[in-house]
Amino acid sequence: MSEVLVSTATSHPLLQLEGLTRRFKGRTAVDGLSLSVRPGEILGLLGPNGAGKSTTFQVLAGLLSPHAGLVRFEGRELALSDPSLRRQMGIIFQRSSLDDLLTARENLKLGARLYGLGGERARERVEAMLALIGLADRGDERVSTWSGGMRRRLELARALVHQPRVLLMDEPTQGLDEAAFRTFWAHLKRLRDSEGLTVLLTTHRADEAEVCDRLAVLDAGRLVACDTPQALASRMGGDILSVEAPEPEALAAELRERLGLDAKVVEGRVQVEASQGHALVPRLVEAFPAGRLTSVSLRRPTLADVFLQLTGRALGADVPTAEPAPRRRR
Amino acid sequence: MSAELSAAPEPMNAGAPAVSDAPRTLALQWATVRVLMMRDIVRFFRQPSRVVGALAQPVLFWFVIGSGFAGSFRVEGAQGLGYQQFFFPGVVTMVLLFSAIFATITVIEDRREGFLQAVLAGPGSRLAVVLGKALGSSAIALLQASLFLLLAPLAGVSAATLNVPLLLAVMVLSALALTGMGMSLAWWVRSSAGYHAVMSIVLLPMWVLSGAMFPLKGADTWLAWVMRLNPMRYSVEGVRRALYGAEASMALGASSSSAGLEVPVLVAFAAVFVGLAAFSVSRRE
Repeated sequence: MSEVLVSTATSHPLLQLEGLTRRFKGRTAVDGLSLSVRPGEILGLLGPNGAGKSTTFQVLAGLLSPHAGLVRFEGRELALSDPSLRRQMGIIFQRSSLDDLLTARENLKLGARLYGLGGERARERVEAMLALIGLADRGDERVSTWSGGMRRRLELARALVHQPRVLLMDEPTQGLDEAAFRTFWAHLKRLRDSEGLTVLLTTHRADEAEVCDRLAVLDAGRLVACDTPQALASRMGGDILSVEAPEPEALAAELRERLGLDAKVVEGRVQVEASQGHALVPRLVEAFPAGRLTSVSLRRPTLADVFLQLTGRALGADVPTAEPAPRRRR
Repeated sequence: MSAELSAAPEPMNAGAPAVSDAPRTLALQWATVRVLMMRDIVRFFRQPSRVVGALAQPVLFWFVIGSGFAGSFRVEGAQGLGYQQFFFPGVVTMVLLFSAIFATITVIEDRREGFLQAVLAGPGSRLAVVLGKALGSSAIALLQASLFLLLAPLAGVSAATLNVPLLLAVMVLSALALTGMGMSLAWWVRSSAGYHAVMSIVLLPMWVLSGAMFPLKGADTWLAWVMRLNPMRYSVEGVRRALYGAEASMALGASSSSAGLEVPVLVAFAAVFVGLAAFSVSRRE
């Protein structure tokens, strides 16, 4: 993985967004987003619901017009509705785009036809894609009978049947269990290599973010960081000390006062980031009488912690969309 | 940058003018039209309940309403032609209308699901998407109407008065116009519940006022104007003329103002409504 990064770091970006902006009735969902996608990489747009990931996705999918900004493909500025750009993109939507009344093969053929592939060429691609997702023997089944994981893999095949250069995915593994998630990503990585793909996806799953080559962290429509998952994680110097307590708020306040620690309450637990986490554990336990602490655990920071540090928001949490305008524009 | 932003409040097309239109070939557009059309036809035949309903409904409608009104309704000056005959062309138009309504409800469903999004994100133009949908719906409508027309001998249609080219032209154009109208409405309504409301307060009354159920003669002036702007009226009268000949259809209440005008008027309606649907769908939000 790191080899890919080294070799592509100097090459020209395949896809560039410059100052992309999209508003909805006074709320700025995407705010001057600039981003370069390198050829061959898997770039994840990371952020909670409402951070502007899906809006960015829809703009790139050609379904929403941006209010400002431009997109370059291989350095060339192109309108998002330009068919030559549309052909270079394979897209997986959050909602299933499969037709339940058609068989897997028919769904793929339909996808190929929509991109101008016909005849023998379409047939070859359909069979090749079915084989690549490991569903060649089930191609004549109607997809309504399929499991979520199989359907997702077929979506992947459908998005790639016309051999696009870029694969764009909106929360591709939402609702998939652990096993289906791993299978999907195994197929995705293999396809990335065999098809020479560049992948741009949105996610709010920390486990999905970990498997991306690079992450663009979005908050309130802005890019707050863009780096490899490893580099992002190493931005947090030390360990995360996580304390479960009956009165988390009171404990956090006391930790700040008595021990001078930067303690905050995250999802009901008190969290402290410390460079010498293991040395802190005995101090903490000694400083408080029995009953004040229920459990103390020490762990390496995850991307969820990084996200919290960068944005002040938990990754799993939804940014409230009912009253977004006053909250987001700070 | 901020000055630039406030100067451009409307959505724009990501800066650049289309650099290259070369890949947007006619072949690709036609492929989009054809694949969407074929999909709707395949889907129709894979839903047995739809096939049965599509065949049984017009027959039931014709018999039940037709015989219900037959006693109380007398067609002036049309010897030998009763209400069943009068009503028959109205049912043909109803078949076309219901098929169009059904097709446009699937547009709302497809739009909510990812299917239509995936189509719209492709390289095909939105006009091609609309045409594919309209032609698919029209093909199903034509099939249904043709099967119903097998009962024409029972409705007193004779080979002497039957005008097949006119009949086909009127049905194809009506199907396109009604699908275009339905899609334009569906695109703005967005929910199938809302579309049902549109159907019952706009589309069904238009059918009732088309001359399908009662002759348009003697209607109030304002109502006469409403009727004149109703595409379904030209559909009903066109079918009536194609089945019974000009003379009998005049006797059956066809208004003289539409005689011979059905095809050109329906061409205009079809062009306007398919164009409107394409415009609605092509507006990127």
